Amino acid sequence: MTSAAPATVNTEQAPSSFEMSCFCFKQWLKSSGPYLNLLGIIGFIFFWYLFTERLKLPWFNKLPGPVEVYKEWVSDDPAYGISLYTPEYYHHILISIWRVLQAFFLATVLGVPVGLFMGWKKTFKDYTFPLLETLRPIPMLAWVPLSILMWPGREASIIFLTFLGSFFATVLNTLLGVESIDEVYFRAANSLGAKPKHVFFKIILPGSLPFIFTGLQISMGFAWFSLVAGEMLAGEYGLGYLIWNSFIMVQYPVIVIAMVTLGVIGWLSSAIIRVVGDRLMQWKVREAA
Amino acid sequence: MSTDKTNEPEARGCISIRNVSKVYDPDGAKVLAVDNCSMDIKAGEFCVVVGPSGCGKTTLLNAIAGFHEITSGEILLDGQQLCAPGKKTLPGSDRIVVFQNGALFPWFTVLENVSFGPVVQGGLSDKDIRDKAREMLVQMGLANIENSYPSEISSGMRRRVEIARAMMNDPSVLLLDEPFRAMDALTKTVVHQFLLDVYDRSKKTIFFITHDLEEAIFLGSKVYIMTTRPAKIKTILDVDIPRPRDFRVLSSSTYIRLKKECLEAVHEEAIKAFTAGEREMA
Repeated sequence: MTSAAPATVNTEQAPSSFEMSCFCFKQWLKSSGPYLNLLGIIGFIFFWYLFTERLKLPWFNKLPGPVEVYKEWVSDDPAYGISLYTPEYYHHILISIWRVLQAFFLATVLGVPVGLFMGWKKTFKDYTFPLLETLRPIPMLAWVPLSILMWPGREASIIFLTFLGSFFATVLNTLLGVESIDEVYFRAANSLGAKPKHVFFKIILPGSLPFIFTGLQISMGFAWFSLVAGEMLAGEYGLGYLIWNSFIMVQYPVIVIAMVTLGVIGWLSSAIIRVVGDRLMQWKVREAA
Repeated sequence: MSTDKTNEPEARGCISIRNVSKVYDPDGAKVLAVDNCSMDIKAGEFCVVVGPSGCGKTTLLNAIAGFHEITSGEILLDGQQLCAPGKKTLPGSDRIVVFQNGALFPWFTVLENVSFGPVVQGGLSDKDIRDKAREMLVQMGLANIENSYPSEISSGMRRRVEIARAMMNDPSVLLLDEPFRAMDALTKTVVHQFLLDVYDRSKKTIFFITHDLEEAIFLGSKVYIMTTRPAKIKTILDVDIPRPRDFRVLSSSTYIRLKKECLEAVHEEAIKAFTAGEREMA
């Protein structure tokens, strides 16, 4: 909330969210931002090209260069069997996405309520918080043996690993979200006659949504991170498996193809969460506008 | 504004504060915030409490609101015991608070905010609540912002919406905790007029806390001047300026006389507060 709000009130119809996005997009194109973004990426690829394929620097000469990777990626007859034109490529992608979706869904439907509850009921937090804080820093890789022992089959253990990674991030951010709500809103709600269920659904839940969605973006990142770890060790398909397998099989360009694919999908999944968040939090969007 | 509907004062909303003291005991260091304070606020009275910042005025308000307990004495609302030592007073919609920095829910629109009380209290259909809320907004001159979020409207507007939200519950008492504190002088004159109109129309009991003397005299019927902490009542001033009041009151001789009386009473406390290292003066 800014105190420097305009003194007059806009009586016109507020612009629709579509018009708003169009407007923002145009403004964005007018700024220097997008061109600098592009320059950054091009610069990176240029140096990558320079070091690997041109200068063949000692540390870089084993790595695949951008041209090599690109050629393999768009080839309809790829040397190592993975390109935009092979069904295997999409099979790996879909398997990975499906695993992340299951794990992320579970982590969200369990993590958000747990976090909300921890923020709401002090006793519940007292029970659970130290546990959370001890389990959370354990790296996902350390969970691999136990998760293989615990679950029948590889699929379940990979999903479990992925779930763990995103669960902790979701719980913690949701908890922070509840704790970020100013005490005055609880007082106001009580003063207006709110019962506990109203406090939960009308204050705690909407009040912590901004943090929850930040948390979901982070947890999506963790999900991909843990997924790749899990797939590398126990997978039969999936992008993580593809990376590790290509390493063993000395198919280096495929590693980079899978890595870039992970990057793009990871970025897209974050973007989707942001869009959903903006839809649910018009008050935040308009505050920023 | 017309004063046709409820001109006669309501019978409810009479507050008796009897020998109330409050000791804060955060970490063993006992701090006396309010010391043996007594007030009798008649139903429908506009009562203003003035005192240096941090003197314990808000403590008194919070006790009435039900946010914390008192250490001794008792507070009665319409003859019923509201607060007493050891008694857990719950906040309720008969005593609505308008907070210092505002407490409109930023995630709800103006209409949703104003409807909040009736929605959570139940008993009315959604449509009735919406109609009632719209009617309230129209009455308060806020009709065209019902779909805005609090962050989209000015601070003066926000405060008015908050008062509308309080009035929706038809409270016995309206508790205002330095509601116009952070506002510039021009916005203040507008919200003052607004609050006076609301008061003239509804004749609710108002318990208003401020450290601004001019505001106190301009708005109140009775001004209680508190001492520096521990808060005691130093002087009670009857403001015999007729209502409805408007900005012209500010240049009237009665106003100037009262202000002078007030200043004299307060000055001593301000000096005390200043030497005691308090932040700012009345």
